[in-house]
Amino acid sequence: MSLLEIKNLHAKVEDMEILKGVNLTVNAGEVHAIMGPNGSGKSTLAQVMAGKEEYAVTEGEIFYKGQDLVEMAPEERAREGVFMAFQYPVEIPGVSNVYFLKAALNAIRTHRGEDEMDAMDFLTYVREKMGLVKMDEGLLNRPVNDGFSGGEKKRNEIFHMAVLDPVLAILDETDSGLDIDALKIVANGVNSLRDENRAFVVITHYQRLLNYIVPDYVHVLMDGKIVRSGGKELAMELEDKGYSWLEEQVQAGEPATV
Amino acid sequence: MTMALKETGYDRYVAEFETLEKRQFAGQPEWTQKLRKDAIARFVDLGFPTIRQEDWRFTNVAPIARTDYSLNPDVNGFDPASLARYRYADCVQLVVSNGQIATEMSDLSGLPEGVTVCSLMEALERFPEKVEAYLGRFARFDEHPFVALNTALHRDGVFVHVPRGVIVERPINIVLTVSPSGDERYAVFPRNLFIAEENSQVTVVEQFISTGKGSYLTSPVTEVVVEDNAVVDHYKLQRESVDASHIATFQIQLGRSSNFSSHSISWGGGLVRNDVNAVLDGEGSEATLNGLYMVEGNQLVDNHMRVDHVAAHCDSHELYKGILDGHSRSVFNGRIYVHPGAQKTDAKQTNRNLLLSHDALCNSNPQLEIFADDVKCTHGSTIGQLDELAIFYLRSRGIGEEAARSLLTYAFAADIVERIKVDQVRLDLEEFLFRRLPKGDIVRQAV
Repeated sequence: MSLLEIKNLHAKVEDMEILKGVNLTVNAGEVHAIMGPNGSGKSTLAQVMAGKEEYAVTEGEIFYKGQDLVEMAPEERAREGVFMAFQYPVEIPGVSNVYFLKAALNAIRTHRGEDEMDAMDFLTYVREKMGLVKMDEGLLNRPVNDGFSGGEKKRNEIFHMAVLDPVLAILDETDSGLDIDALKIVANGVNSLRDENRAFVVITHYQRLLNYIVPDYVHVLMDGKIVRSGGKELAMELEDKGYSWLEEQVQAGEPATV
Repeated sequence: MTMALKETGYDRYVAEFETLEKRQFAGQPEWTQKLRKDAIARFVDLGFPTIRQEDWRFTNVAPIARTDYSLNPDVNGFDPASLARYRYADCVQLVVSNGQIATEMSDLSGLPEGVTVCSLMEALERFPEKVEAYLGRFARFDEHPFVALNTALHRDGVFVHVPRGVIVERPINIVLTVSPSGDERYAVFPRNLFIAEENSQVTVVEQFISTGKGSYLTSPVTEVVVEDNAVVDHYKLQRESVDASHIATFQIQLGRSSNFSSHSISWGGGLVRNDVNAVLDGEGSEATLNGLYMVEGNQLVDNHMRVDHVAAHCDSHELYKGILDGHSRSVFNGRIYVHPGAQKTDAKQTNRNLLLSHDALCNSNPQLEIFADDVKCTHGSTIGQLDELAIFYLRSRGIGEEAARSLLTYAFAADIVERIKVDQVRLDLEEFLFRRLPKGDIVRQAV
């Protein structure tokens, strides 16, 4: 059984159909990149997988570990091991980054039937994860993303991911707006979490990230559908030729998979 | 005089006043007796406010005006143990029960020499000139009918006097309780006077609570005099039962380079009205007036603020935040009055409201009146709901929806909570929030 199976997924927001039949299969241990031009539906796909209520699934299915993901509340998905790194992480003044994370981790652990982690163990655990993304300890005790720079917010997302230890991680344009140093830190954080049990769906607009997070598969999303799938070389080709090259091919009726 | 008064419809109050005058006030100094007489006469002139008056537009006290209260009841028996949770460790403790000091439940140990904390009536005997210099001088009974009633009818209250240069380390924790008795409706009028002389420092906490069930009115007046270079921190916790009506005036007079801060926390009472008036009368003084109200059901909380910048180079900061659920209502009226000559005034006022239900209603009305030309005055007012995106973000990390809402509600209140310098008060408020908010145990863990 595949970890994630998306079949003919259609989704709309405010009466506008954005996803128009997405098919995607992700197995444990794999890294899938989803690329595409602006407005192609990349972020919508991420939000639908995370369970954002504004996005209505009108047709098709998402199976995660064989369960119907669409029926699950966002927190249930998180507790079952789905994690989404937000394209625009939300600032939450008044909620401490570290204590909130402890509550979140304990909600997940309780769901898994594990004991809650106490404050001491949690701190040790968190320090270890901070090293992965070279997080400044000061950001731990600040309110969630409040006053963080763009790079700090993205690193914080990867830090959350490392702490929550997901089975399926969806990265929604985590590279956007990052300078090369921050990009490397984020990529190293992701790479250190790669293993045979975990899968990543990396959504990006730019090929650059994929130099650092080398994907097993690359998919191109256009107008709500995956129009082309291939290996990492597809990303290189897109970088050279641009999305318009692919648009022309799609219009000419070329096959979706190379 | 009596005949003329009786024709106005407030004869019952006048008759009660005359009885009390004979029974209780007779032995008091002549000037207080005159003050009381003037005040009851003024009350009769003013009458109870109506919603046709601008200052009472959203707060209808007609039910109070209609009620046949029993004025100034005696202390009646209740279990002192029920007060245990309002006592704060390492504080001076005072209990005011039905408007009178309950000496056996008070603990005045740990006060520095020269500091007086006693009942107002005792102070009237021991330090008549100090009381006379301030009592009724600042709280305007000529303008406010409930101040007039309190001035006329107050039976007792707390007197705090901190002499020049003395620092009182222990906060003074005053628990004001009313014990309703069966069907009888009590009206009590506690009167407090706090004086901090030059260069002194003191922290006072007032907790308004109910012992037992039943409907009543408590209408306190607290006057605070902060003399030159003195520092006074004040905390008020309104935690009465929802059957209580509470109409309070809090009057602060600030001297040169003095510093006053107030944190008014309101979650109890069915109808709560706080008039907070700060007069920055000495150059370089600073007033911080913060508040948090959290109401539900049919509660109404009305905060009427007035800050008078009389002297130059004074700062005032007001931050009031409200959380409204159910059919509750709130009123915030913030007036800043900059007098001619109050140059270099820096006045800031903010009122933020969070509506948790579609049926809650809030009115927020800032008013600036500026008669000086070199000043900085800002005000802001917001009414909003929880941020759905933030809720989704928290849920996407594994926090349940209810807990996410509670967490964000707590976070909304947090900047007031964090400003509370007295640990005992802050912990008490945190505890209340954890208990009130659904899934509070998760909030407790996450903040």
